[in-house]
Amino acid sequence: MSDTTHHIVPYRTYALILLLLLVLTSTSVAVTQIELTRWATIVALLLASTKSAIVLAIFMHLKFDQTVYKVMAIFVVLVITAVIILTFLDYGFR
Amino acid sequence: MSESIAHHDEHRDDEASKLGIWLFIFTELLFFGGLFITYAVYRHAHPQAFHMAAQQLDVAVGTINTVILLISSMTIAMATTSIQKKDKRTTLILIGITLVLALVFLVNKYFEWSAKIDHGIWPGSPLLEELGKGDTLFFGLYFFMTGLHALHIIIGMILIIVIFVRVRKDKINFGNFQLLENGGLYWHLVDLIWIFLFPLFYLIT
Amino acid sequence: MSSNTTDNTGYKSYLEEDGGRKGIFKWILSTDHKRIGLLYLYAMMLWFCVGVVLGLLMKLELIAPGKTLMEAQAYNATFTVHGVIMIFLIVIPGLPAVFGNFMLPIQIGAKDVAFPRLNLFSWYIYILGGILVIISLFGNGPPDTGWTFYAPYSFKTGTNMLPAALGAFVLGFSSILTGLNFIVTIHRMRAPGMTWFKMPLFPWTLYGTAWIQLLATPIIGITLLMVAGERILGIGFFDPAKGGDPLLYQHLFWIYSHPAVYIMILPAMGAISEIIPTFAKKTIFGYKAIVFSTLAIAFVGYFVWGHHMYTSGMSGAALWAFSLLTFIVAIPSAIKVFNWISTMHQGSISTEIPFLWAASFIFIFMIGGLTGLVLGSLAIDVHVHDTAFVVAHFHFIVFGGVGFAFFGAIHYWFSKIFGRKYDPSWAKTGWIIFFIGFVTLYGPMFYLGIKGMPRRYFDYLEEFHGPNIISTLGAMVMVAGFLIILVNLIKSARHGEKTTEMNPWGGTNLEWQVPTPPPLENFDEIPVIDKATYKYD
Repeated sequence: MSDTTHHIVPYRTYALILLLLLVLTSTSVAVTQIELTRWATIVALLLASTKSAIVLAIFMHLKFDQTVYKVMAIFVVLVITAVIILTFLDYGFR
Repeated sequence: MSESIAHHDEHRDDEASKLGIWLFIFTELLFFGGLFITYAVYRHAHPQAFHMAAQQLDVAVGTINTVILLISSMTIAMATTSIQKKDKRTTLILIGITLVLALVFLVNKYFEWSAKIDHGIWPGSPLLEELGKGDTLFFGLYFFMTGLHALHIIIGMILIIVIFVRVRKDKINFGNFQLLENGGLYWHLVDLIWIFLFPLFYLIT
Repeated sequence: MSSNTTDNTGYKSYLEEDGGRKGIFKWILSTDHKRIGLLYLYAMMLWFCVGVVLGLLMKLELIAPGKTLMEAQAYNATFTVHGVIMIFLIVIPGLPAVFGNFMLPIQIGAKDVAFPRLNLFSWYIYILGGILVIISLFGNGPPDTGWTFYAPYSFKTGTNMLPAALGAFVLGFSSILTGLNFIVTIHRMRAPGMTWFKMPLFPWTLYGTAWIQLLATPIIGITLLMVAGERILGIGFFDPAKGGDPLLYQHLFWIYSHPAVYIMILPAMGAISEIIPTFAKKTIFGYKAIVFSTLAIAFVGYFVWGHHMYTSGMSGAALWAFSLLTFIVAIPSAIKVFNWISTMHQGSISTEIPFLWAASFIFIFMIGGLTGLVLGSLAIDVHVHDTAFVVAHFHFIVFGGVGFAFFGAIHYWFSKIFGRKYDPSWAKTGWIIFFIGFVTLYGPMFYLGIKGMPRRYFDYLEEFHGPNIISTLGAMVMVAGFLIILVNLIKSARHGEKTTEMNPWGGTNLEWQVPTPPPLENFDEIPVIDKATYKYD
């Protein structure tokens, strides 16, 4: 069973990704100073999701791995999302 | 030390091992997912109380902890690079830094929690009952979720220590490093969970 | 169990390989998937007997109104422990733990599962979970909450919730690890040439089931932890006085426990899909349809949990969404039934014991499934929720479904596993008596439910007396049938006529191409697959 040859990620890439993540983190903190009212949650979640996607893709190597891992990860995220939406069909409409 | 460059031999299937840890990571996502559902439901029910209660958490400490975990994710990811470059010394240093950062995170957590407990806030405390339902739920979720997360940090630290020892003994080496990669994946999961915990508890002000 | 003598091919069967160990250590230290499957079988047999006794006690109590054997508290504890055992220790591990472990590697042409030591570990924690359930029986007594552990009562009751909850948590872990093992096994260890669509149907159902085990079980894990947090810390998640919502408990509980029923039934359907083509001597009708309906059931089944909560106070939007989804999930199950029947149509049917179980499975499963649609309808459910109707429905579909498939599978694969034959006339007698008893026991409950008899009560109104007598008598008949089957199987496994016949039924999958019983690593050489499954020339 031959697998993908191991793609060696350069140190530099990891360091740049960290920088990007730190920028996104400071953005999330800074944004709390702005009165966004109900958009605040959405912005916070969007920023968190972006950070997660970056961690998954680069640190966790999904970008370079076989497609099956990406498919599985996306599938799991979709299932969790669907469950939350269904739950809120109850709580959102009481 | 160097037998073969191959990433698996006849009797070892590294890809199976990697698939295994990914599947386990999915279970952890669902595990915490139940708590995120709970958070969403109760925040929806008590938006004001959650907003006010969040102001009692220290954003600075939360941010520092976020930064710590992000850096530790980078260091353990870099360790898979260094081991493939046959740089054992750098690998050990990187793993060591990851471990130290994890410890600092836990220390910060300890101080955060102590501060809250000193002020009369802990799960089911009388003060929380006085403050009302929103506060009770917020801090109940805070302690439960960060506590469960901290437990996973501790487990991660044990795993990393095991990996450190094995790298030192050359049992993990450039021809056989799936355990290091898997440990890294687990550690990134711990980071991922915090990436969501941080804004939901500290930044909803 | 005694071993097979080496036959003239001079090979050693897995039962003769002892790994240099003696006695019980041959078993409990073995990482051979076949021995592990049997370890699960023996443990589950014991637990099943306990669960049956508890069920019988309940039926004896219900033979007449008022107290017969016990009062409310004891009855509540009895149905709780009965449920906990049957659900968490029998039907959820169910076919995967026994037949999945034994047959999956062989059916895909592998020597073992992906992680054999993890597999043994899964069995260890299965045993640990069972021990924790036993512990809950002492001191303050076992929980009286029902196996569903609804809040707020589950954190207020003075009974031993924590050991029971911890037991369920540990058993959940066992389930997750088995699922994980099977997914990796199926992805990585199929024999060369066995593409996904050349894989037999039982492994396909194990695959779908494994994903549910993986993605649903953690939710009940966290929910039980939250209940523990309520009991120990008073944290307030489900306590209305503190702002918690008991309905959230129900959501979280059923987000797992509904998919759990698909964990139970999918492998059962997989076993039926193996048995029917063999005894119809005809290729399975609509292989791909069965594969996709398996995956569809696993997927859609994730989103129907609210149908357990129609009367609990959910919003109107949730009510109709869950009802709609519940009707949708019935479709792939129906597709499977059409496929099984179409397989039999114009086939050359031989009514051996496994086939009898498979055919009666279809009958029982249809009743269970159709009554599920009755319950899935909002307007009807208002009247029958929490009545005996529900009890009848889930016993038909879970006990009937998983139970009949399990009996079918054990008779189908018996000689392969033990290298011995069972007595077919006792097996048939057992089947008939069991079947009659089963229908007599659970059938009247539909009527009782419609008439308004509530479930989980030790007492009932006089007007329900007649059908309850019939039901209790049915229980005794069914248990008699079960004992005949059990004794026949045990005696035959130990002293039955030995056989080395590789393919007694004329099946087409790989398990019928290895010796009876299989050698330790199943294959001398991993086969190369070049033809489709279920091909009869």
